[in-house]
Amino acid sequence: MTIAPERLEEVGPHFEHHGPEPTGIFKWLTSTDHKVIGKNYMYTSLVFFFIAGLMAELIRTQLFAPNNHVVSPQTYNELFTIHGSIMLFIFAGPFVFGGFANFLIPLQIGAPDMAFPRLNALSYWLFLTGSITMLLGFLTASGAAAFGWVAYAPLSDATYSPGAGPDLWIVSVALVGFSGIFTAVNLVTTIFYLRAPGLTMFRMPVFTWNMLVTGILILISFPVLTAALIMLYADRHFGTHIFSVRGGGVPVLWQNLFWFFGHPEVYILALPYFGIVSEVLPVFSKKPIFGYKGLVFATLAIAGLSTGVWAHHMFTTGTVLLPFFSALSLLIAVPTGIKIFTWIGTIWRGNLDFKTPLVFAIGFIIAFTMGGITGVMLASPPIDFYTHDTYFVVAHFHQVLFGSAVFAGFAGFYYWYPKLTGRMYRENLGKVHFWLTFIGFNVTFLPQYLLGLRGMPRRIAEYGPSDGFTFLNEVSTIGAYITAIAFVVFLYNFWVSWRKPIPAGDNPWDGHTLEWATSSPPPSHNFHKLPPIRSLRPTWDMNHPDHADWRVRQEEATAKRASQVESTR
Amino acid sequence: MRTESRIYVGIGAFFVLIVAIYFLWSGDSGNSIFLVASALLGIMPGLYLGWWSRNMSPRPEDVEDVTPDEIRGEVGYFPTYTIWPFVLGMGVFLTALAFVFGEWTAVIGMGFVVSAAIGGTLSSKPNVSRHV
Repeated sequence: MTIAPERLEEVGPHFEHHGPEPTGIFKWLTSTDHKVIGKNYMYTSLVFFFIAGLMAELIRTQLFAPNNHVVSPQTYNELFTIHGSIMLFIFAGPFVFGGFANFLIPLQIGAPDMAFPRLNALSYWLFLTGSITMLLGFLTASGAAAFGWVAYAPLSDATYSPGAGPDLWIVSVALVGFSGIFTAVNLVTTIFYLRAPGLTMFRMPVFTWNMLVTGILILISFPVLTAALIMLYADRHFGTHIFSVRGGGVPVLWQNLFWFFGHPEVYILALPYFGIVSEVLPVFSKKPIFGYKGLVFATLAIAGLSTGVWAHHMFTTGTVLLPFFSALSLLIAVPTGIKIFTWIGTIWRGNLDFKTPLVFAIGFIIAFTMGGITGVMLASPPIDFYTHDTYFVVAHFHQVLFGSAVFAGFAGFYYWYPKLTGRMYRENLGKVHFWLTFIGFNVTFLPQYLLGLRGMPRRIAEYGPSDGFTFLNEVSTIGAYITAIAFVVFLYNFWVSWRKPIPAGDNPWDGHTLEWATSSPPPSHNFHKLPPIRSLRPTWDMNHPDHADWRVRQEEATAKRASQVESTR
Repeated sequence: MRTESRIYVGIGAFFVLIVAIYFLWSGDSGNSIFLVASALLGIMPGLYLGWWSRNMSPRPEDVEDVTPDEIRGEVGYFPTYTIWPFVLGMGVFLTALAFVFGEWTAVIGMGFVVSAAIGGTLSSKPNVSRHV
């Protein structure tokens, strides 16, 4: 439908429908509405999160005791490969840049839909089919891919990883990768061309900014992965020798290609979650965000730097320029530190309202700071040579990624749940979910740092009774079970709020950004009426005209002028 | 438009700087190509957007104190629902599976892709097939 531009005023009811709207399964199959697609993305990636979570529980069960035989070593390798691949390619990324971003970006910038609604729908279908392809590997005779989510050559070639499972992995990652590229194109175009009148770039919510930067990062890095996958497939089937020494190829080239995608990918997974936290903290502190421009420039700096550090995953190959990659990796700590200080500055002396989204956001800051500091340690080559491929690294990246994707992800999920569904979740169940997750998370991953320092290598299915790894592994496994219980509580909360709904109202949190100015859930094409946009917080300005940001700024300017007149006199 | 252009050009300029340092220090041409390509990816759209921003008057979303009478034209055409992205997605999926299971899935898949291309093109004209 054609949308009239006079969106500062009432837009008439939508009358241009070509017949009745489809419902049920037809709505799922045919909708190009960004809200429906966003929810599809979110629920699909959550389902895969639970599947990969179950794999993690199996892995931890296998490691509970020395010389354990819960699963065979081959199955163990398949489990950690698919666990990692699902969590990174299918849950953590699409949950936020397919789910949250799709749902929220048009709402936050006052647009009727994404710029390319049909392309958006296609991205979802590629994502869904790619995700299913990932699981199909378990149904083949030779099992799923078992070379780790990084698929290092020469382990991933046709000799060491025969069968259909690795090919399914390649096809799956390629499909999900294309879906990500299409979504990124859509996001960047939407943000550049569909903002509401008056919404200049520096009035965009921080989440929108972070999604813009994430989109650009996806465009830089995902095509490299796709190219690498095509080369890997050619090596496996067409007799090329790009990654094998036998024909004059270079196995380390795969690592370069993969990590040129893989390190920006880590920030593609982290930046959107930074954005979510930057939305949650100000609302529950009843303050505007502290240091908005600093936060935006820190995001851009992280994006730039993250693309120049890929080889810090390859220090021990001996083929990379250590000081360059070490220095750039250490530099990333500066903009990240700026962000952490801005978040603390936002809640500092705020009128804190400890609802579930806020506690999850604070949990994120704690988890991410711990994971970030061990990241700085790993950026130093001497420490990296000692801890490379041990559980220290496993603990580090789980703290970073679990910290972002789960703590910040669920902060966002609880925060926008009323907007998604129009219903309220149960506050006390949300708190129980948080505390169980927080305890389980720390009990799982803190012992793994010690295990790594004691020399336990990652990706081993068994360890001996005399290695001294037993106790810490037991603790870690118990932590994993506690985390699993936390998500049972989450599902129960979801179910209760679905069966016995409590209407949430349009703006339950007294939110700041435009998505809270429309109804919950938003109507078709989002807004019947847009508030005038005169500051970073249009909805706040509309609901609190006496304390509107633009008015405050005007009064400050007047006072400043008066004092200048005073001083010159 | 100017801010948008500056973001892209800024990213491109950053990569120019990084590739200069990296190439002079390491002499590694293979990896430098990544960074050259990234620099181009920033600079090309950045200059395009910058060229547009010089040749057009500021859009309503670029003006801080915009008034309702400055807003003209349509925002765009937004389809509500259509089956073709689903058909195209299934077609691409089956075609991709041919890399694992053999050509026969691609035959079915290409059928979906072609029908989606035709159907999608026709449904882009709202008057031709109103039911889609």
